[in-house]
Amino acid sequence: MIRVVLPAHLRTLARVNGEVTLDVKGEVTQRAVLDALEARYPMLHGTIRDHVTLKRRAFVRFFACEQDLSHESPDAPLPDAVAMGTEPFLIVGAMAGG
Amino acid sequence: MSSVRLLVGTKKGAFILTSDGTRKQWDVSGPHFAGWELYHLKGSPVEPNRIYASQTSSWFGQIIQRSDDGGKTWHQPGTPPGEPTTTLDGMPKGESNKFVYDTSPETGKPLTTHQHYDGTQRPWEFKRVWHLEPSLTEPDTVYAGIEDAALFRSGDGGQTWQELSRLRDVKGSLWQPGAGGMCLHTIVQDPTNPQRIYIAISAAGTFRTDDGGKTWRAINRGLKSPYELPDPDAEVGHCVHRIAMHPTRPNVLFMQKHWDVMRSDDAGESWHEISGNLPTDFGFPIDVHAHQPETVYVVPIKSDSEHFPPDGKLRVYRSRTGGNEWEALTNGLPQRDCYVNVLRDAMAVDSLDPCGIYFGTSGGQVYGSASAGDSWTAIVRDLPAVLSVEVQTLL
Repeated sequence: MIRVVLPAHLRTLARVNGEVTLDVKGEVTQRAVLDALEARYPMLHGTIRDHVTLKRRAFVRFFACEQDLSHESPDAPLPDAVAMGTEPFLIVGAMAGG
Repeated sequence: MSSVRLLVGTKKGAFILTSDGTRKQWDVSGPHFAGWELYHLKGSPVEPNRIYASQTSSWFGQIIQRSDDGGKTWHQPGTPPGEPTTTLDGMPKGESNKFVYDTSPETGKPLTTHQHYDGTQRPWEFKRVWHLEPSLTEPDTVYAGIEDAALFRSGDGGQTWQELSRLRDVKGSLWQPGAGGMCLHTIVQDPTNPQRIYIAISAAGTFRTDDGGKTWRAINRGLKSPYELPDPDAEVGHCVHRIAMHPTRPNVLFMQKHWDVMRSDDAGESWHEISGNLPTDFGFPIDVHAHQPETVYVVPIKSDSEHFPPDGKLRVYRSRTGGNEWEALTNGLPQRDCYVNVLRDAMAVDSLDPCGIYFGTSGGQVYGSASAGDSWTAIVRDLPAVLSVEVQTLL
């Protein structure tokens, strides 16, 4: 199971506490994880990536295993530790003041 | 006994303020959706406990929320409280935050670019919902004013949205953003003619449909914008800030423009200036007394670069003559060292007698008057910056 940590506002929207776990079929990529996340929590459609282009929203970042994966290809494999569920995939609201 | 409910959108959440008809004691609930910008909340005129809210964030985008119990509980349309968020086969139930511009051949492949600040053409990109306007007759029908400027309509209570895209046919390639963005912020329905809707866009101007949104035309004749538009007869490009109408006289419109307070007596076919003796004719909100169609309210702001009241004095101005002759309303409002702004959607009137009027400020105060503006009190003083104020009169 893939572990995903959502920022507080998205946990509120999805009505979850703590990490969420997802069953991801096939290769574990950003796109596969986000597809599974949005299928399970449809209210998160549009909050992490654009509805149409599926591009990451500007102030959202993806971290895992102490790396910033935000600029990686959405189809690149995520680290093995994420795929094996030993490390979470972190969806983070970027620092932007306000 | 009658009561009133104020729906206050702020930079960091929504607040609901309620009072009985005396409007002396207020209960405050909130923040709802804490930490999010609530650009606008508005209740259905036909089902007052049905309230629509625009919840938005630079981080996480646009959410539409709906309450069916007067703001006690909220849900994203398509996913009622307590129900599973997916169908039995795992499919999403609703797409209430999905605003996708129409590019379909069936509607003539609407324009896809508009003018940017630098004169280049840029694609329309959805940013947020500025304004929600529930139908006057159908509780499940609601209009949304969008940045980048477009009008969307939902016929299923906010669950799905479709663009009324022919609006962008009206010289859309010449529209360009104002300093606050290219937003469709005003939606006014004619209560006597369900096919007629007025909208206003910064910085494109005012537009009207007479066929329920199938076709549109610009109604900006008489607007003068010499500092922004060199062409005195420019059909589009005017920075309209807000339009107000009294429901008993739908052909009479009042407008607060970037500069100038304007009036039309022919459903927007022509406009003339009514700024008269105002200390400055720049401002954002404008509204009309609930029982006196010639009584109009504005909040003058010093200038386009100094968004605060002149002389540090917060003054609402009232005209009882449909414009030109204005009186300052100051009783109970700060008359020194006050440098707040009042945004376009942040003023509203109730329909009690005497008429109540309310406005919120960028300093987090919500002021109310139960005497049509003669005297004011601060209902709350320390909210986050107020983006919008709407009032519901509950009988």
